[in-house]
Amino acid sequence: MASYDVIVIGGGPGGYVAAIRAAQLGLKTACVEGREALGGTCLNVGCIPSKALLHATHQLHEAEHNFTKMGLMGKSPSVDWKQMQAYKGDVIDGNTKGIEFLFKKNKVDWIKGWASIPAAGQVKIGDDVHEATNIIIASGSVPSTLPGIEIDEKVVVSSTGALNLAKPPKKLAVIGAGVIGLELGSVYARLGAEVTVIEFLDAITPGMDAEIQKTFQRTLKKQGLNFVMGAAVQSVEAMKTKAKVTYKRRKDDSEHTLDADVVLVATGRKPYTEGLGLDALGMEMTDRGQIKTDANWQTSIPGIYAIGDVIEGPMLAHKAEDEGMAAAEVIAGKHGHVNYDVIPGVIYTHPEVANVGKTEENLKDERRAYKVGKFSFMGNGRAKANFAADGFVKILADAETDRILGAHIMGPAAGDLIHEICVAMEFGASAEDLALTCHAHPTYSEAVREAALACGDGAIHA
Amino acid sequence: MTEVRVPTLGESVTEATVATWFKKPGDAVAQDEMLCELETDKVTVEVPSPAAGTLSDIVAAEGETVGVDALLANIREGAGAAAPAPAVAPAAALASDAGAAVDVMVPTLGESVSEATVSTWFKQVGDTVQQDEMLCELETDKVSVEVPAPASGTLTEIFAAEGATVAAGGKLAVMGGASASAAAPAAAAPAPAAASTSKDVEDSPAAKKAMAEAGISRDAVQGTGRDGRAMKDDVARALATAASTPAPAAAVAAPRAPISADDASREERVKMTRLRQTIAKRLKDSQNTAAMLTTYNEVDMTEVMAVRKEYKDAFEKKHGARMGFMSFFTKACCHALKEVPEVNAEIDGTDIVYKNYVHMGIAAGTPTGLVVPVIRDADAMSFAEIEKAIAEKGARARDGKLTMAEMQGGTFTISNGGVYGSLMSSPILNPPQSGILGMHKIQERPMAINGQVVIRPMMYLALSYDHRIVDGKGAVTFLVRVKEALEDPRRLLLDL
Repeated sequence: MASYDVIVIGGGPGGYVAAIRAAQLGLKTACVEGREALGGTCLNVGCIPSKALLHATHQLHEAEHNFTKMGLMGKSPSVDWKQMQAYKGDVIDGNTKGIEFLFKKNKVDWIKGWASIPAAGQVKIGDDVHEATNIIIASGSVPSTLPGIEIDEKVVVSSTGALNLAKPPKKLAVIGAGVIGLELGSVYARLGAEVTVIEFLDAITPGMDAEIQKTFQRTLKKQGLNFVMGAAVQSVEAMKTKAKVTYKRRKDDSEHTLDADVVLVATGRKPYTEGLGLDALGMEMTDRGQIKTDANWQTSIPGIYAIGDVIEGPMLAHKAEDEGMAAAEVIAGKHGHVNYDVIPGVIYTHPEVANVGKTEENLKDERRAYKVGKFSFMGNGRAKANFAADGFVKILADAETDRILGAHIMGPAAGDLIHEICVAMEFGASAEDLALTCHAHPTYSEAVREAALACGDGAIHA
Repeated sequence: MTEVRVPTLGESVTEATVATWFKKPGDAVAQDEMLCELETDKVTVEVPSPAAGTLSDIVAAEGETVGVDALLANIREGAGAAAPAPAVAPAAALASDAGAAVDVMVPTLGESVSEATVSTWFKQVGDTVQQDEMLCELETDKVSVEVPAPASGTLTEIFAAEGATVAAGGKLAVMGGASASAAAPAAAAPAPAAASTSKDVEDSPAAKKAMAEAGISRDAVQGTGRDGRAMKDDVARALATAASTPAPAAAVAAPRAPISADDASREERVKMTRLRQTIAKRLKDSQNTAAMLTTYNEVDMTEVMAVRKEYKDAFEKKHGARMGFMSFFTKACCHALKEVPEVNAEIDGTDIVYKNYVHMGIAAGTPTGLVVPVIRDADAMSFAEIEKAIAEKGARARDGKLTMAEMQGGTFTISNGGVYGSLMSSPILNPPQSGILGMHKIQERPMAINGQVVIRPMMYLALSYDHRIVDGKGAVTFLVRVKEALEDPRRLLLDL
């Protein structure tokens, strides 16, 4: 059939970015995607649809809680679920069509179907076998579940089903207090559901800075989410229109049940390599089912690369994108740059939560002396005006050199504010460098600057 | 791009002045080809190119002071058309401002002379001068130099007034031209945010602030940020190194008590040369560190003089070197050091480092000051070899041509104050050594020998030593052995 310089398997953020970059570098590129639309999990059943629902429900929340305070009188809006779903669908369409357009613009061939790799240098879709000097596997991930719990995407749902419910539930049980569970829990709580989050560990958002975990949980509780921490789910009994979750409290082994209309299983995701034929190829995998790669995203088979959720590292769309660019550049004979120490993480609730670099716990484990500069949004004029003063910025800097080692933000637009710190960290900047940079007033970003000042002589506005 | 950095300059030498660039931006350079010459208090060092290529840009211009490992220049791959690199250093700003303005620069002052003091201005601002008419006189450690006007015109601005210190290649004044404005800064003023590579970079804001507050020049900071940017901790590190090395002692010195006007008019203030400042600091360090004291003895030079008289001609004929006293003293000291090794040792932290060799430092006075060339493995040399080595090194010391390496590594020092007429004195230790022998004038004195009064040529000997590791007994014993070996040189032969 056809012959390409690069065939990318998977049209998600990792795959489509790799394909576009490769094409930019002059390589003849094709991208294989079996879904009806490009964009992978992120655009179709992940990041983008969830952000649409979060945005819509956040507006509802503002209308219900803050409008009258601002003199905007009248009854709060009611929810037309069909319309909200249609809006979400439009957002998805706009994005996925956008990728299609980019493919046409960059002359990337979209091969529709599900790929397998019969041999190195060959990609089979349906009955067609194409040749490719290089292959990039970007097949992504799928939701995982707990043993014994079956997902039917109607009553017991993964994030995919949770985004497409027939109607907002009255009672939602969320298993797993990670990013996905909390975001979707937020959405439905705002829509009036009684949401209970059941988490195995004692803190939400495992791996995040401990102070953020505690403060964030308190804030979510105020928003109406209930938490059952330190609980191990034993089973989920699904009936036609409701379910029963049985869990055991780890500290005393006591068993409890929770009734819900919908149970969202948000315990994580696992790499997806079905049907690729990697076993037959003899490709090396990790214990957790990920594809093993070297520092240049090469797999154990020369000419085959892998990026994104299917390899090690944080399962984040932007990590996949950076790797996609880097792998394309490596294939084109250049140097691929991904700085794994400066990959931000964001939770798109309200307030947003964002972080980059080390947590205090990381630094304590490393026995690295550090100092903390913290600033509450209560001291930020813009945040106060926008009823968004809940939260803080925390910057961690080396105690001796003042170099920024990490930052943790809970507050308005945290996901955008974090990038200033990312740039600073890429340049090895000190907290003082940030503090000496002029920040426009009145913006949320001033809180970042104040936190940087707090690493030195102290904030001005606290 | 390959960086050219200042090499290690030597023990306790932290900075140098860029004296001469042999290459300019755009020139092709071969690996190891000498690019420029740096001057320190003690020596002149040439900097070879680390790679072959083209000299891309010069970061430290002639006249600038640079620290160890500071960036001097960049070399890019390939020979070929030079991209004119931005001229960074202020002292090298040669371009006249307006068409008519001409800079009056400090001329080349001489080998290993990096700075001068302006002693006299013959002309004032506003005076009309002819080309080649003398404008001012500069003084260095070695010479006085007059500076002629580079062109005819009017002296419009003087940057270095009488008494000011200027570096070789610095700017003294500006002549002619309507605009003396766009006034380039005086020779010492720093250039704005000098790029340390050919990339368009800025040092971090915190670093700039720290440098300004500490009064430290960008040259003294080694930038470790992206593309060579100076980061905050780079400045902190530079300050820490500066603090632990010969730093300005100005802060420590108490201000002078006010002088009456009558006395003030009869005083002349002369700035200490860099060499003298260094000597001053090292001497104080030596005194402050060692538990130093001196033990004395006297030696009857009759026998040594007799040996010399009898054999000096034959010696000179065979070895081509004059038989002096130094070989006797050196041999006597090496002999005594074997018996009292702690005098040849060094303290390092809580360890004593005993050395199984003797690198003998022979102090030599030069027009610019005291230097101590080292004769390596003196204990293994013959009389003739010692005499030759001393003569050779002494001559080069006087000419200021000793290298850094030739002045390092000494384990013991002999200092001869007798040549100046000193009868008795207590020398200062040469750190990190633990002993120094002071020789003095040979003077005939009446001595009592076997109940008789006889006239003998006597010399007082002094041994200053570090009591931290040399005990009184050791010090006295050492000196006695030296005396014995000199009073009866046969002891050297028989190892007694």
